[in-house]
Amino acid sequence: MSENQIPMERHNYDVVVIGAGGAGLRAAVEAREAGLRVAIICKSLFGKAHTVMAEGGIAASMGNVNSSDNWMVHFRDTMRGGKFLNNYRMAELHAKESPERVWELEVWGALFDRTGEGKISQRNFGGHEYPRLAHVGDRTGLELIRTMQQRIVALQQKDKRETGSFESHLKVFAECTITEILKDGDQVTGAYGYWRETGNEILFEAPAVILATGGIGKSFKVTSNSWEGTGDGHALALKAGGKLVDMEFVQFHPTGMVWPPSVRGLLVTESVRGDGGVLTNSEGKRFMFNYIPEVFKDKYADNEAEADRWYKDQANNRRPPELLPRDEVARAINSEVKAGRGSPHGGVYLDVSKRLPADEIKRRLPSMWHQFKELADVDITEQPMEVGPTCHYVMGGIEVEPDTAAAVGVTGLFAAGEVAGGMHGSNRLGGNSLSDLLVFGRRAGLGAVEYLKKNPNRKTVSTESIKRAQERIEKPFTRSGGENPYLIHQELQDLTQSLVGIIRTKNELTEAIEKISQFRSRIEKVSVTGGRQFNPGFHLSLDLENMLLVSECIAKAALTREESRGGHTRDDFPKMDPNWRQYNLICDWNGKSISTTKQKLPMMPNELLSLFDPHELEKYFTKDEMTQVMASAGSR
Amino acid sequence: MARKIKLRIWRGSAKEGSLHDVEVDANEGEVVLDVIHRVQATKINDLAVRWNCKAGKCGSCSMEINGKPRLACMTQMANFEEGETITITPLRAFPVIKDLVTDVSFNYQKAMEVPAFEPPADLKPGQARMAQVDVDRSQEFRKCIECFLCQDTCHVIRDHEENKKKFAGPRFFIRLAELDMHPLDILRNRKKTAQEEHGLGMCNITKCCTEVCPEHIRITDNAIIPMKERVVDVKYDPVRWLGSKIRRREEIS
Amino acid sequence: MALTTGVFSSGRAELQERTLRTDRWWLQPLITVLVLLSFVVYATFRAFEGKNYFAEPLISPFYSPCLSTECVDGASLIGQPFGKIVLFGLTLSPALFILVFPLGFRLTCYYYRKAYYRSFWQSPPACAVAEPHKKYTGETRAPLILQNGHRWFFYIGLLFNILLTIDAVLAFRDAEKHWGHMSVGTLVLLANATLLWLYSASCHTCRHTIGGRLKNFSKHPVRYKAWTVVSKLNHYHPNFAWVSLFGVAFADLYVRLVAAGTITNFYFF
Ligand SMILES: Cc1cc2nc3c(=O)[nH]c(=O)nc-3n(C[C@H](O)[C@H](O)[C@H](O)COP(=O)(O)OP(=O)(O)OC[C@H]3O[C@@H](n4cnc5c(N)ncnc54)[C@H](O)[C@@H]3O)c2cc1C
Ligand code: SF4
Ligand code: SF4
Ligand code: FES
Ligand code: FES
Repeated sequence: MSENQIPMERHNYDVVVIGAGGAGLRAAVEAREAGLRVAIICKSLFGKAHTVMAEGGIAASMGNVNSSDNWMVHFRDTMRGGKFLNNYRMAELHAKESPERVWELEVWGALFDRTGEGKISQRNFGGHEYPRLAHVGDRTGLELIRTMQQRIVALQQKDKRETGSFESHLKVFAECTITEILKDGDQVTGAYGYWRETGNEILFEAPAVILATGGIGKSFKVTSNSWEGTGDGHALALKAGGKLVDMEFVQFHPTGMVWPPSVRGLLVTESVRGDGGVLTNSEGKRFMFNYIPEVFKDKYADNEAEADRWYKDQANNRRPPELLPRDEVARAINSEVKAGRGSPHGGVYLDVSKRLPADEIKRRLPSMWHQFKELADVDITEQPMEVGPTCHYVMGGIEVEPDTAAAVGVTGLFAAGEVAGGMHGSNRLGGNSLSDLLVFGRRAGLGAVEYLKKNPNRKTVSTESIKRAQERIEKPFTRSGGENPYLIHQELQDLTQSLVGIIRTKNELTEAIEKISQFRSRIEKVSVTGGRQFNPGFHLSLDLENMLLVSECIAKAALTREESRGGHTRDDFPKMDPNWRQYNLICDWNGKSISTTKQKLPMMPNELLSLFDPHELEKYFTKDEMTQVMASAGSR
Repeated sequence: MARKIKLRIWRGSAKEGSLHDVEVDANEGEVVLDVIHRVQATKINDLAVRWNCKAGKCGSCSMEINGKPRLACMTQMANFEEGETITITPLRAFPVIKDLVTDVSFNYQKAMEVPAFEPPADLKPGQARMAQVDVDRSQEFRKCIECFLCQDTCHVIRDHEENKKKFAGPRFFIRLAELDMHPLDILRNRKKTAQEEHGLGMCNITKCCTEVCPEHIRITDNAIIPMKERVVDVKYDPVRWLGSKIRRREEIS
Repeated sequence: MALTTGVFSSGRAELQERTLRTDRWWLQPLITVLVLLSFVVYATFRAFEGKNYFAEPLISPFYSPCLSTECVDGASLIGQPFGKIVLFGLTLSPALFILVFPLGFRLTCYYYRKAYYRSFWQSPPACAVAEPHKKYTGETRAPLILQNGHRWFFYIGLLFNILLTIDAVLAFRDAEKHWGHMSVGTLVLLANATLLWLYSASCHTCRHTIGGRLKNFSKHPVRYKAWTVVSKLNHYHPNFAWVSLFGVAFADLYVRLVAAGTITNFYFF
């Protein structure tokens, strides 16, 4: 098959949004409402993006259940969760704007669970001081994505009334994969990709591109992510000259299913613990009491009686340690299993059956009940679940300007959602992602709008850049008898899982980096059988390169950061080191390999610093920093 | 404990296609989608299949397994008998694209035709108050994962291609019901258009949609029949019709 | 019959089979056909029989209320507005004046519709089994558009339920019309009336009328409560539909046997 036979479509838009998860859709709505012509592109069908899987809820300090909640408390929780490595400005914007974003969903038709007064109900979650997660049973992500999807349709209906066509100004290109961001100099001119269905190619000419491609979970073997999580956006940005930040921080959710093997990694929502579920080991002991780290001692109960009282009276009791941030719980489970106190299939037990009446469990956790009943033949109203850590979320991502979501280093490129980095620091709190999608999705849309206002002149897409993109897509077909992409994918997953996983060491990371460079040459030899039409082997062969880039970033950043913090645990450097808190690691791609550099984190301004008790900051900051903090506190 | 499984998988395109016999291993606890993936990785690299979450949450992996519309990721291999041949075909109500992948754009077209949620113009973010009992019904319908299995099984379009123009299908009947029962929706002609534009009257309440819904939404009992009754209120009940003429609107109580 | 629409339309996956189901999907419709047919045969025979429907104090549900001057003494509870009508040399049995109502009620019942559309009309015979029809318009045209009149039959059904309940109460008498007695027949009529009430109370129209039509339950707490109860019953509507059908047939059979003298109605007291 020769390349000039492959048909190519050409489209022209103001803004191209890559990704139809919560972030992408929110960005598209914002850009369309500002009057722009917008394309939304996604790899699967519309409405199937990974966001659909989110269960627990959206964090927003609406204060509906506990009126003491406000953005400042939320901000504090987020910074603590991220171990103060977060981009403070992002965390601030996020905490301030998320209530507005949730309420807006309601005006678009979302139906959250209600409180007795008829407000949006909020539930407890790990790391959040007050009940804060707006939710719909345990299918919040579905509600979010459906609401956004229906909002898009509402805008299309409006366009239809005005222009006679649903798709005149806002169109969804589903099952279409973007393989290249096109540029002229350092300025974005469009995006290039192919239709999965036909294999035909497609060119988008657009002065602004928003990346909202989600996560990277599919680089790991045990993961809660869907196949889409191949880190495409991370790779697209790198190759377009963007930078990735915080890539060493990968969140392993403490409770994934461990049995049967085919569903290993599938998420067991944190709400199980928020609603009373407890973790026990093979000796029947609630082991989390042994794993409360120093920094959290005054916030978490050290005995069962107090922990149990907390569910009824949160003002006068400390919270149960099962609700510690995810990194803590994941490590604790890992240690229990390593110490031989695990369950038969290598996890620990999570039990709600003894804590809530059966009816209540089915009402509050309907899809969990289903999931276990249908996939593991376990009735969670009667039996405990077996759970263990699973790769869930990547804190790291494209480095962006907090206010506009503009990618650092590439003019006209924006990023929001899981693909963007910085907001969550070294560890994300549950529920903070869905709110992140909405807050920064909107800001990315606005960012693009503002950018286009200031730069009305468009550059055209050059024929060379198109040709390069075409050649890359064509490559796997030009080879024959090469490597099987499925096999390489499996091997790569095994590698990351065992060498760059939840607990890391220098030797293993070095080994991983070496092997990754071998993979690079193997990927060059991948060949695919069959034609271009809906050919998953072909799709995978292109995704592999992205996963490899991401894995390399993770491994290299992890090797550089010689401390343990949040989603990065080094066996050889088990302590958190305040000196390292002052730096982010930035990944760059030079066309051959990834390099990492240290970049100084800006200091929080006074008004944010003053939200914390200096004694708390002491646990995270260096002595020098503390002198600074105290000096400015004195001057207040 | 791997065991050998006999599969008959439909392969082909919109022009032609047929069932192919494949033998493959299956391990304990696996679902049909796992086995299909094994076929893909080891036997037929370019076998087309749609899936995303493998957790019954996204509704992508809809296909027909032994003739029944199902999610491949929620169909356990343990359901089949030892030695049984499992037949796997694409959805048979929609045009096929390749192998197990069908063109479901019909559904997205219909989604665009259902008028969007319409709240009161003066509703400000954060001010909505709704009791749980008032949202319960619509929440059931919002559980829909858009797997389109109900659309696939509905004989109105499965067996009559020509009906596709005027029939929205069960997935969109629950959408209409969801909106009509939504405490904040003020659009008043939903009942009438349900009948006149979306083809509610074509449904003969034979309940196949309810039978296949993986979310166990009681489509017929809780959405279609209540909507049919509401349609009777505004179209076929002279007493109520008179009442509504006097009040000059579809009643919202 | 070669069809070119439906699953055999061009563009759809090419397959010859009208279904690939491997289970016994034909069993359910077959059973429905057999049971409904037996009922129809029995009911037709009884409706035209015109005798053995009353044995003081028991009256067959097929013949109550007995409205024609043809009715035997004591059977007419609310008068005899109809005279003797002869068609083609046959005297119309009193059952024929009233049966159209319960029949209409059941014919337009949402559950029975499902049952007979599937089994008799094969539209569809079972899920994912291609139906044998070339055209399909559902309930959008005459006569099926009349299914929308279900609620009127429901209201009339309520009147019948009241009358049949009175019949059951009257059965607390003995053959000499003295109160305070109870026989097997009393129980049979009581059971029949109860099942009919359950059938009506679980009806979809009932569910709609009592509360389903409201947008905001919270503003109508009593109707909401009632709706939740009816909704629970509604879940079992198919069960009540069958059991009450058998109930009617059995009550009629019992009265017939007593009236014909085949058995005697046993009195407890
Ligand atoms: C099981 C599970 C439960 C979770 N629960 C919660 C929770 O309760 N609360 C919470 O806050 N967070 C939760 N999260 C995290 C959260 O769901 C995700 O981080 C978030 O949904 C990511 O959204 P996104 O919009 O960034 O991208 P996604 O929803 O991942 O969407 C990515 C989009 O990009 C498209 N795309 C990707 N690559 C390309 C390409 N090359 N070309 C074209 N399109 C492309 C995809 O098709 C898709 O449409 C959960 C995550 C998981 C896995
Ligand atoms: S009940 Fe109606 S909508 Fe559902 S499958 Fe049957 S005909 Fe279609
Ligand atoms: S209603 Fe049920 S069967 Fe139909 S699309 Fe939704 S989830 Fe699927
Ligand atoms: S893959 Fe998502 S429902 Fe099966
Ligand atoms: S009697 Fe069956 S639905 Fe009314």
